[in-house]
Amino acid sequence: MKILVCVTSVPDTTAKISFTDGDTKFNKAGVTYITGPYDDYALSRAVELKEKLGGTVTVLNVGEADSEQVIRKCLAIGADDAIRVNCEPKDSYFTATQIATIAAQENYDLILMGRESIDFNSGVVHGLVGEMLGIPSLSPVMKLEIDGTTAKMTREIEGGKEDIEASLPLVLGCQEPIAEWKIPNMRGIMTARTKPLKVVEPVGEDLTVTEKFTLPAPKGACKMIAAENAEELIALLRTEAKVL
Amino acid sequence: MSVIIFTEIDNGALKKSSLEAVYYGVEVAKMKGSTATVLAIGEASEAELAKAGSFGATKVLHANDARLATGNIQAYSDVLASAVAQEGSEVVILAKSSLGDAVAARLAGKLKASIVSNVTELPDLSGGFKVTRSIYTGKAFATVEMKSDKKIIAIKKNAVSVVESGASASVESFSPALKDSDFAVKVTGTHKASSSISLPEADLVVSAGRGLKGPENWGIVEDLANALGAATACSKPVSDLDWRPHHEHVGQTGIKVSPNLYIAAGISGAIQHLAGVNSSKVIVVINKDPEAPFFKAADYGIVGDVFDILPRLTKAVKAL
Repeated sequence: MKILVCVTSVPDTTAKISFTDGDTKFNKAGVTYITGPYDDYALSRAVELKEKLGGTVTVLNVGEADSEQVIRKCLAIGADDAIRVNCEPKDSYFTATQIATIAAQENYDLILMGRESIDFNSGVVHGLVGEMLGIPSLSPVMKLEIDGTTAKMTREIEGGKEDIEASLPLVLGCQEPIAEWKIPNMRGIMTARTKPLKVVEPVGEDLTVTEKFTLPAPKGACKMIAAENAEELIALLRTEAKVL
Repeated sequence: MSVIIFTEIDNGALKKSSLEAVYYGVEVAKMKGSTATVLAIGEASEAELAKAGSFGATKVLHANDARLATGNIQAYSDVLASAVAQEGSEVVILAKSSLGDAVAARLAGKLKASIVSNVTELPDLSGGFKVTRSIYTGKAFATVEMKSDKKIIAIKKNAVSVVESGASASVESFSPALKDSDFAVKVTGTHKASSSISLPEADLVVSAGRGLKGPENWGIVEDLANALGAATACSKPVSDLDWRPHHEHVGQTGIKVSPNLYIAAGISGAIQHLAGVNSSKVIVVINKDPEAPFFKAADYGIVGDVFDILPRLTKAVKAL
């Protein structure tokens, strides 16, 4: 089983979002970067499958040099080697092009990633990669078992889930509860330092350009209703907020 | 320069989010001085599809091959690509959903199209083609220029205020050739909750957290939701504890919703939960702790015991 896991380096879920340079750049000051939470699930499942079936797990990050701490953590969790495509991932098509270019050089049985990155939330890179490679893509996958060359999966759909079977190779966008998050142990952290990390340059170009960022308008004060008059809420929702 | 709108059929009817996409697509076509075509895949009556006309569409292409009954991502994206080719479309519009995202992504790969998701407003065509999208799970917005000839836009709920006209659209059968390789993925079972209102589609949502103390107490949440015609939702701890199914979990790592009304009962409002609901139009928070951070993000708040307040609200709604 040869698995490629694509990971993002993203601001921590509690990070305060702000911008600099006339609202054209994300303000990284004071922000902690983490592995994308969905990518963490993909990586954990990949390591579980490797432990069960043998094979290798390669981590791929499309990102700048400062994402190497996230890559090292993935290696500490159990990936064997890593590739970083040296660029800022700003556009879905461009990012997918980098992944498909790397993936086309090896015969991966599975290409796993999170259902979406938590910075841009597009959730389209897995589909783009699948199309670029000419293989099926599925997301969000919440259960994955491998039986020979067949993958048996459960995918979340609106209001429920569906069971799916498909032959490898596949591109999958993952989410909980596909695996338990793994935490690196001391031995993992020590060995991660010497595992191979290859840096390659990107190909192609962005199809979209972000001109500026804005923050949502601040919320007005919360109108408090005394518990003994709770029924008033329904009237206010109808006459004032006009949502009922 | 035409616009095509990819719509989804659920239980023989066009999804509400898809009809919003139709309206959005027709508005974009008007801005470009062009025409809009709707593509609908799956089983639905002609009368049902003609309803797209009330949202501005004049023509609906209906692909109804028996093999397209389940939402097959590869086959649907091939059908959409064929429709784009037939109509000479430059812009593709759809409502964000798990199927829509997947189909749109593969289409982008086929067409070398720029793709922008979570779009919150109509585009600005005054200099280039610019759209505004929600990013950082609703914590910010980005204005993005789409530079390629072909453009794909996945809209977020409430991206446009719909005005229905009551008109109807003409429906044409559409039967592009399908490849066997499109059907390599087999859906072997579908498990859908019996509740009729889908959470991502819902205008009104009643959500509850650990303050409800246990799954056996969800009756009071469901009663209020039923009285309002709302969908039910929950916080992450509730889904992690298996009190409620995962598809009801809203937040940073769950479903992101933007309904007209979000009522949160017994949810303290961790930043990760707020990320999933902060684009709701009106937020109501009911919590016994006056210091609960959720009150800072709310429009209306009640400090009180959910076991007392929820049944009283249900009664008040029924009295309307």
